[in-house]
Amino acid sequence: MLDQTPKEIVVREGLCVNPLKTCQPVGALYAALGVSRCLPHSHGSQGCVSYHRTLLTRHFKEPAMASSSSFTEGASVFGGGANLKQSVKNIFDVYDPDVIAVHTTCLSETIGDDLNSFIQELDLPDGKIVVHCNTPSYVGSHVTGFGQMVAGFIRYLAQKDAPKIDKIGLFPGFVNPGDIRELKRLLALMNVTAIILPDPSFALDGPMTGTYKMFPPGGTPIADIVALGGVKKVLALGLLASKEPALTIKSRCGVETELLPLPMGVAGTDAFLLKLKELSSQPVPPELELERGRLIDLLLDSHQYFYQKKVAIFGDPDTVVGLVAMALEMGLTPKYVATGTPGEAFVVEAKALFAAHHEPLDGVRIKAGADLFELHQWIKNEPVDLLIGTSYGKQIAKAEDVPMVRAGFPILDRYGHAYHPLIGYPGTRRLAELALGALMDRYDRDCADEDLDVVM
Amino acid sequence: MSFVPFDVLDERRKSISKGAPPACEKASLAGAVSQRACVFCGARVVLNPIADAFHLIHGPIGCASYTWDIRGSMSAGSELYRQSFCTDLREKDVIFGGLNKLRAALAEIAQIYRPKVIFIYATCVVGVIGDDVLAAAREAEAAFAIRVIVVQAPGFAGHKSLGYRLAGEALMELVRPAKTSPKVRAINILGDYNLAGETWIVKNYFQEIGLPVLASFTGDSQVDDLLKAPLARLNVVQCAGSMTYLAQKMEEEWGIPWIKASFFGVADTAKALRETVDLVGSKEERAKAEALIARESSQAQKNISPYLPGLAGKKAAIYVGGGFKAISLIRQFKALGLTTVLVGAQTGRPEEYEVIASLVDRDAVVLDDANPSELEAFMREKGADVLVGGVKERPLAYKLGVAFCDHNHERKVPLAGFVGAANFAKEIDLTINSPVWAHVKTAANLDFAGKFVG
Repeated sequence: MLDQTPKEIVVREGLCVNPLKTCQPVGALYAALGVSRCLPHSHGSQGCVSYHRTLLTRHFKEPAMASSSSFTEGASVFGGGANLKQSVKNIFDVYDPDVIAVHTTCLSETIGDDLNSFIQELDLPDGKIVVHCNTPSYVGSHVTGFGQMVAGFIRYLAQKDAPKIDKIGLFPGFVNPGDIRELKRLLALMNVTAIILPDPSFALDGPMTGTYKMFPPGGTPIADIVALGGVKKVLALGLLASKEPALTIKSRCGVETELLPLPMGVAGTDAFLLKLKELSSQPVPPELELERGRLIDLLLDSHQYFYQKKVAIFGDPDTVVGLVAMALEMGLTPKYVATGTPGEAFVVEAKALFAAHHEPLDGVRIKAGADLFELHQWIKNEPVDLLIGTSYGKQIAKAEDVPMVRAGFPILDRYGHAYHPLIGYPGTRRLAELALGALMDRYDRDCADEDLDVVM
Repeated sequence: MSFVPFDVLDERRKSISKGAPPACEKASLAGAVSQRACVFCGARVVLNPIADAFHLIHGPIGCASYTWDIRGSMSAGSELYRQSFCTDLREKDVIFGGLNKLRAALAEIAQIYRPKVIFIYATCVVGVIGDDVLAAAREAEAAFAIRVIVVQAPGFAGHKSLGYRLAGEALMELVRPAKTSPKVRAINILGDYNLAGETWIVKNYFQEIGLPVLASFTGDSQVDDLLKAPLARLNVVQCAGSMTYLAQKMEEEWGIPWIKASFFGVADTAKALRETVDLVGSKEERAKAEALIARESSQAQKNISPYLPGLAGKKAAIYVGGGFKAISLIRQFKALGLTTVLVGAQTGRPEEYEVIASLVDRDAVVLDDANPSELEAFMREKGADVLVGGVKERPLAYKLGVAFCDHNHERKVPLAGFVGAANFAKEIDLTINSPVWAHVKTAANLDFAGKFVG
């Protein structure tokens, strides 16, 4: 596996090998699945949506429904307006969602389809809604696309002078259903009521009931998106994924908005809880304090196993930044930090974490717009003890015989991962346990018989 | 067609029938939640298993990411094909043209990897902005002394079947310069992608019979093997949906006759082996084939029989890519004691649906290009116990309380040949008779306070 990857690094200007990102539309589709009774719709060729549904199904092990404008040669010449019109009619006739969330593709963007006017010209059934966002595949990545879709819902639906309500808005960023559930738990414990947009829990971690619903319960209700304009404040989590939604709600509705990193790691979770405390009149309850204490206890019990262990962390920018924070807190040394999503803000953020932990940057490589081939070459030149990242890293793990912990998106080769949060104290607890297990299993596998110890 | 028990579009009604062939070979409706893919996907899945070729996707990142090592094809040699190579076109490339990036990528490939052959797949955007991909390919061939074959596969040009045809054209372009005589006593296998090692099983059968396999299109293939293909006496075509075009071209240009053959199920495998040796085998090879069939089918029956009591009387639903595979599956289910109550294909042909209709009961539902809500409604109506399908159908089946077997890219055990027939019985048993279903059933009767929301 990966025998052909040479150690010698050459500058590549045309070739991307083993990408560490995918395209905007799949992020848009995922975000749209987090809105109540919404059918995501891909305005492009039929293959796009087939790939997106497959990827989401492989990650969540759940059905992921979406429709397509099914472009033909004719549509690519004359424009996709007729396809969209036909699609919207067919979708409301047969599937009957409350809202269709259209995202564009590289094809419809390149031929210059104007979705704003297409949608204005639609003759919609009463009470039915169509929203859209622009997600050309040649800009940003799936994470950007996620943000674009959330912003699209806000642009179409959030009421400008909505009545003031005693709630906050919470944009959770590109995270798993398990993270959403953890956010909800923290909000409940802090007695903060929030409108969460989007909320893909239930849609993508649905329980087995023996019945199937094309539109599962859950998801952000349309009425809540409308009401977002009246919230006290919006907390937008994930500096990249939630940037566009944060800017949009602020400029459209004038809501006070704060863009924060994902609440990952001890300090990240502390900061988030303090933020919630500001918004609530209540102190942080003992339950969370005790939970934090148990986490610190675990990190102390195990810190000697992390000391000076070098780790490569790769995946989506917001998640990777959180994972770097966790690694630094545990005492691991993040040697390589990579995301495929372009944008230097990621590098700045990651470097700031090193500075905050007084960790030198000598020999550390941090890169946005990287691919896994390059990461592999770095590792070939100077190896690491552990990989933390997405499933495609397993090829490197096998080639270089390095243990690996799966975290982020996509994870295609494990089950149950999306139930577990990476955020909050439980997120760090889980990552610490997984990382410890991986390092210790490796030690047990490699050590001499006389060194095999039942007590560690 | 009033039997359709729920709201479908009028246009879809013709594609759904009972015990009769449905209308097919139609474009999917705009707005449908179709299970189908695109032209690029068709070309990519056929060509990607060529293990030592370089598969370069010229376009934005998505098409490369989504098709990276998802095929499940195995190779005994190079692992190059399991990586993802792409020009990752960005906005400025779309505006100013992607050719410079493509040229750079080709030069970098030549520098880093020195491959024999590069396939360039041009995707949707490239089809619109009009990069002269062919010119870049010719330049690279001259500059680096490698073969560069262009597959113009914009997704919008049609559906998956067109992609299969484009792959066939690319394969012809690859093989055409090779020598075409003298013929040798050997065959080619077409349309087996070596999922879970299935090509190896079939190859071993022919090896034992004395008819070696020269080239396998494209499971476990290396470029040099494919170049021997014109010397074969017969093409044995497994996945007819993807390979009929190539078989026809090879017959036309090199005079190689071809047969359709299925290696799914004991009966079909035996039939395929017999038909092959009847056409190109000697008396001795026929005898060897009979000996192999006798030995292996008896072993398979022995391995299958423990599963039969657990499978008797169960109802099966089938949703696969092509109609030809569906035919084998219906027969296989029958042999295992299951009744097929629903058959669907993404892209079936009229003649295949004719056969399907002749094999199933009069009230079995037959659908072309089915969507999830149709699958759901008919599985429910027919009371299917198990669905055979691909990745997108799996969680749908589970949510409906229906067992599932992947007969597509995600199968992990070989389902072809005699050994595969026994594996298939085991796969169906393990999912139909899983202890987990008991918990699903008891959930409804538990006296828990809260019912499921919704």
